[in-house]
Amino acid sequence: MENELKLASGAMVALAVATAALVVLPYIQVRDLKAPAALKPYTEQQLNGRAVYVANGCVYCHSQQPRDRNLAPDFSRGWGRPSVPADYVYDKPHLLGTMRTGPDLFNIGARQPSKDWHLGHLYQPRAYVPESIMPAYPFLFRLKDAAETGDQTVALPPNYAPVGKVVVASQDALDLVKYLQALDHTYPVLPAPDTP
Amino acid sequence: MDSAILSLLGAFLLSIIGLFGFIWSLRKGLLVENPAAASVIFARGEVGKIDDPALAGDEQHKMQAAAHPDAVSAVDAAEIADRVDADRSSAFPVFMFIAFACFWLLIGSLAGLISSIKLHEPDWLVQQAWLGFGRIRTIHLNAVIYGWSSNAALAVILWVLPRLLRTRLHGAIWAMLGGTFINAGITAGIGAIAAGWTDGMEFLEIPWQIDIFIFAGFALVILSALYTLVNRRVEHLYVSVWYMVAALLWFAVLFGVANLPGVHTGVQQATTNWWYGHNALGLWFTPVSVGAIYYFLPKIIGRPVVSYNLSLLGFWTLAFFYGQVGGHHLIGGPVPGWLTTLSIVQSVMMIIPVIAFTINMKGTLKGQMHLARYSPTLRFMMFGGLMYLASSVQGSFEALRSVNAVTHFTHFTVAHAHLGMYAFVSMVMFGAIYFMLPRVLDWEWPYPRLITLHFWLAALGMAIYFVGLSIGGWLQGMAMLDAARSFNESMTLTVPWLKSRSVGGVLMTLGHLVFVGHFFAMALRFGPHRTGAALFWQTKELAHGK
Ligand code: HEC
Ligand code: HEM
Ligand code: HEM
Repeated sequence: MENELKLASGAMVALAVATAALVVLPYIQVRDLKAPAALKPYTEQQLNGRAVYVANGCVYCHSQQPRDRNLAPDFSRGWGRPSVPADYVYDKPHLLGTMRTGPDLFNIGARQPSKDWHLGHLYQPRAYVPESIMPAYPFLFRLKDAAETGDQTVALPPNYAPVGKVVVASQDALDLVKYLQALDHTYPVLPAPDTP
Repeated sequence: MDSAILSLLGAFLLSIIGLFGFIWSLRKGLLVENPAAASVIFARGEVGKIDDPALAGDEQHKMQAAAHPDAVSAVDAAEIADRVDADRSSAFPVFMFIAFACFWLLIGSLAGLISSIKLHEPDWLVQQAWLGFGRIRTIHLNAVIYGWSSNAALAVILWVLPRLLRTRLHGAIWAMLGGTFINAGITAGIGAIAAGWTDGMEFLEIPWQIDIFIFAGFALVILSALYTLVNRRVEHLYVSVWYMVAALLWFAVLFGVANLPGVHTGVQQATTNWWYGHNALGLWFTPVSVGAIYYFLPKIIGRPVVSYNLSLLGFWTLAFFYGQVGGHHLIGGPVPGWLTTLSIVQSVMMIIPVIAFTINMKGTLKGQMHLARYSPTLRFMMFGGLMYLASSVQGSFEALRSVNAVTHFTHFTVAHAHLGMYAFVSMVMFGAIYFMLPRVLDWEWPYPRLITLHFWLAALGMAIYFVGLSIGGWLQGMAMLDAARSFNESMTLTVPWLKSRSVGGVLMTLGHLVFVGHFFAMALRFGPHRTGAALFWQTKELAHGK
């Protein structure tokens, strides 16, 4: 081939077709999606918690996209109905994830609503699931000799509590748990409700 | 439903029509083989001469004797002089990009090793946020993707283009300025990730504000490459030139569109994310590496590519199929069904360019495989080419719905990722650097045995990494699909395989230490001074009228 213009235009046409299919068409298709009535926008605190989730890369171990029942037993694991595009209208950046080193978290708020459990689990996952390979997040907490007013202390199983100290949750940890609790997409969606 | 099928058919037909359109437009001589075009990488009279600057003088003679004992025709001195000029003009920028690549390779390997160990020692290094798995893994990814692989790719492009276009590198100073921008951007980006400031999407973590710098840097390098292209002194553009120039243009568009702030949300953002993700692999690293093999491999063994037309078919099929495979990262996800179907179809179509490439390389190497014993550079290239075949065939099957249902969310994907990015791309880049650097620095590799050591550490480490993680990932996926087994079972059964990955990773990292140490020794002019710089070895030989 002798012509660099042909090369460049060919290369660009090929990419344009791909871009139309993977970027533009999906944009057109989901542009006018309405949020389901039961899905609330994130509160300020939940948004901050979401930012903590993003900054610490929880997404590299946790997906947020339960699959269909004829593909995988996600539903029977308690991860929820298959998600639909409308579930994500408030999500930016998207956190669909590509790994399940840990469980899907799209409905963790419904499955595990307890704030104490979440705080303790973030401080030391192995206090609750001994064989867990989830990293501990001690830097989201502070060790103090005694709790001060307004401090949220973390109730840990006996063997895991540091001796002589109390574990106090930082604002980031509290916000993160608020976000996790808000991950509840158990409402039915039309037109394909997937109820048990 | 109807409109979905229509769009699916539409995109598929368009790409087929486009493909045939472009092949038709190049039909001149399509059906007759074109050995002249395949030979443009050689100077007149040079076919039959082996060329591996990483070999010391007498080793070169041994390899020559093993390859074509009676190739003695005189080489066109003017063309060699042009090539020396081309090499001189690109030496500075190429050295700069290689040095940056080596730096990031070390950072990236270390970060990769830490993340790997953390997966089976979850209470190790947890006190600092920046050492948390989510961040250090992302530092690894960005350091090896943008730092190591992209810098190495740019070095190869800037070195090969002037040679193939028989001109000097135009705008070298702009390329170097661009390289400074790019690497300042990567440094800032990795710092930002460590500090928790990220755009949050895989492969696109570097904040878009910083991406502006990287984009500007890329634009400068591209300008220099295009300026060189239009000032060329050859008529024919060798196949490596298409791959490399197209890759530069593709990457600029991809990087720009994917990082546009404020446009993408929710599911559509996810499709854009993976449109970018697999295209960065398929339309940037892959074409540069394939282009590098098309240049270096025939050059080393002194024999033109057997079928030039196959390489042409390979190029246009890659261009039209690879772009649309991104949806295979979202199979089973909340995205329109037609989109994943389209991507699966194109993923399978990708077998065509891969087979075209393989047949071509197999034919070119026919009867010359034994040369790998002499030339470590060739060994890297052959290994990389073979792993291109392996990773792509694996990928095509992995994209099938039934297989993907098992492997999608598991470590199997990570094993495939390293088969592609390491065993294919990185190995080709290593080989290219071993070839280029003696010409760039006018100095030989001081300790040739270290090249062999590096090869075996990398190959063995990669084998352990890949085999273990593939088994572990597959078992993990099977356990996850079995409703009778708890999720935690799918987690605990991976631990031994994650440990084996760390073992492989240690070997790979050792290999990188050897490689970068060797690079430093060479840059600082260590080692025995043998026949003089490899470059002079060649010109001296010419002067002697051999
Ligand atoms: C190295 C991978 C990894 C990272 C990173 C990670 N996790 Fe986990 N996570 C796991 C694993 C494995 C489990 C399952 C075992 C357990 O419950 O500890 C888990 C479990 C969980 C659970 C309980 C899920 C359930 O169904 O009971 C929650 C909640 C959770 N993680 C939240 C987070 C958050 C928030 C982050 C980021 C700050 C995070 N994880 C980062 C691996 C990870
Ligand atoms: C030194 C040896 C290396 C080790 C120990 C290593 C380890 C790792 C680890 C632990 C991950 C994270 C996987 C996860 O999220 O579960 C990873 C991801 C990745 N690494 Fe490496 N790596 C090494 C070298 C390289 C090199 C040289 C490259 C490429 C040039 C590379 C490319 C990647 C890519 C693309 C990913 C993302 C994969 C994905 O998300 O699926 N790695 N690596
Ligand atoms: C025909 C060629 C190929 C096909 C069809 C293909 C297909 C796939 C598939 C199906 C996945 C898994 C997605 C998932 O389940 O999440 C994947 C992941 C990946 N592939 Fe390929 N692959 C091909 C070639 C390559 C090559 C040549 C490279 C390297 C340059 C490569 C690098 C990767 C990486 C890095 C990932 C991990 C992405 C991530 O999750 O972070 N692939 N590929």
